[in-house]
Amino acid sequence: MTTPGEFYQRDRSVHPPAYTPNYKTSVARSPRYSLISLQNSVSEITGPVFGHNDIDAGDNDLLTNYANSGESPIGERIILHGRVLDENAKPVPNTLVEVWQANAGGRYRHKKDTYLAPIDPNFGGCGRTLTDENGYYFFRTVKPGAYPWRNMVNNWRPAHIHVSVFGSGFVQRLITQCYFDGDPFIPICPIVQTIPDPDAIDQLTAKLDLNATIPLDTVAYKFDIVLRGRRSTLFENRLEGN
Amino acid sequence: MPQELTYLKESASQTAGPYVHIGLTPGAAGFDIYKQELGWDITGPNAIGKRIRVEGRVIDGMGAPIKDVLLEIWQANADGNYAHPEGGGPVEDGFRGWGRVITDFETGEWGFDTVKPGTTRGRNVGTQAPHLNFWIVARGINVGLNTRMYFDDEVEANAKDPVLNLVEWEHRRATLIAERGERDGNVVYRFDIKLQGDNETVFFDL
Repeated sequence: MTTPGEFYQRDRSVHPPAYTPNYKTSVARSPRYSLISLQNSVSEITGPVFGHNDIDAGDNDLLTNYANSGESPIGERIILHGRVLDENAKPVPNTLVEVWQANAGGRYRHKKDTYLAPIDPNFGGCGRTLTDENGYYFFRTVKPGAYPWRNMVNNWRPAHIHVSVFGSGFVQRLITQCYFDGDPFIPICPIVQTIPDPDAIDQLTAKLDLNATIPLDTVAYKFDIVLRGRRSTLFENRLEGN
Repeated sequence: MPQELTYLKESASQTAGPYVHIGLTPGAAGFDIYKQELGWDITGPNAIGKRIRVEGRVIDGMGAPIKDVLLEIWQANADGNYAHPEGGGPVEDGFRGWGRVITDFETGEWGFDTVKPGTTRGRNVGTQAPHLNFWIVARGINVGLNTRMYFDDEVEANAKDPVLNLVEWEHRRATLIAERGERDGNVVYRFDIKLQGDNETVFFDL
């Protein structure tokens, strides 16, 4: 019988290293010793399972999930949609996707954000959903604004939406950020540029999806997310007793 | 025609940033939006086993506690089973074994209540000592860090644990072992995680 095996070794070449001095906060928050590589055990191939009882149907609509009745947040109305896939290009179904973002002016609804752009009374800035059986997800929101941050004195984050994804095993756990095609801040952002591989940055850049755009209503951006894949057979690397 | 490998590449990780709470624990960011936030109840109401509390700090390379860190916990139940189709066996109704914890914004202290996990099966043969799996994200952490927490009152099981034994530098194994204490008759384990510097915690590439 073919049972899914362990996850593929993480390809570190697509990820930022821990120590990235141009992103100053990483300097004191990066381990100096090598990570110790472990082959997967039951602790790694398993992970939390979520269901429709955990969330509400409207949680993925940031245009309405915090808005006062009859009102709407300020900004460009967008759909962010795509699929969660694994490295084998297989859809990852029923997995939890959570997002958070600044409002259209670049301000977060967070007690620690003091940027002078205003809070939008109709925008919370977070959403969550489960992928369907094809790994598909979507959110409705406003396009976030760029904002300044304290790193070098004149650093600005490109417009971005933070994305958290689970997968089926705890080793697939991923937090990343979704950028928007054509943003001039992408090539000069010290956080984006922690990623050494330009193709990996491009993979984090959502593309305008005119075909999924709702005419006279909402612009769509497509953003597929890829999680680590699994061996389909165990063979010599089998987890005995699995 | 050459053979082509058609694997996709994993999406690159990016830091969770300072405002991770908005997405994952919005109440802590200062607003209520969801019917229920996820991850505050690790065990559910029916869990068997010894009730414990785990507390600690995440400390940076300058010795300061990190006040904007978020930790996730993944653990087996008291029988050593994970709440997952491949988790080894059944778990109690309502037991998820997953938790999400943030720090106090002023002190950097975090803590959560759970049950002590049981022994889990090993990768090939044997068993793994009771442990909690941690995943740590924060501003300044580019890729979430994985580590494990073991228990200092499991000396015998720890001595045989395949993962602890894989850490070549024996003195570094101690960074993975929480210290048992008691407060008001309750068991509290202390687990400080050091990101860098003296006694840097062992982190894993899983």
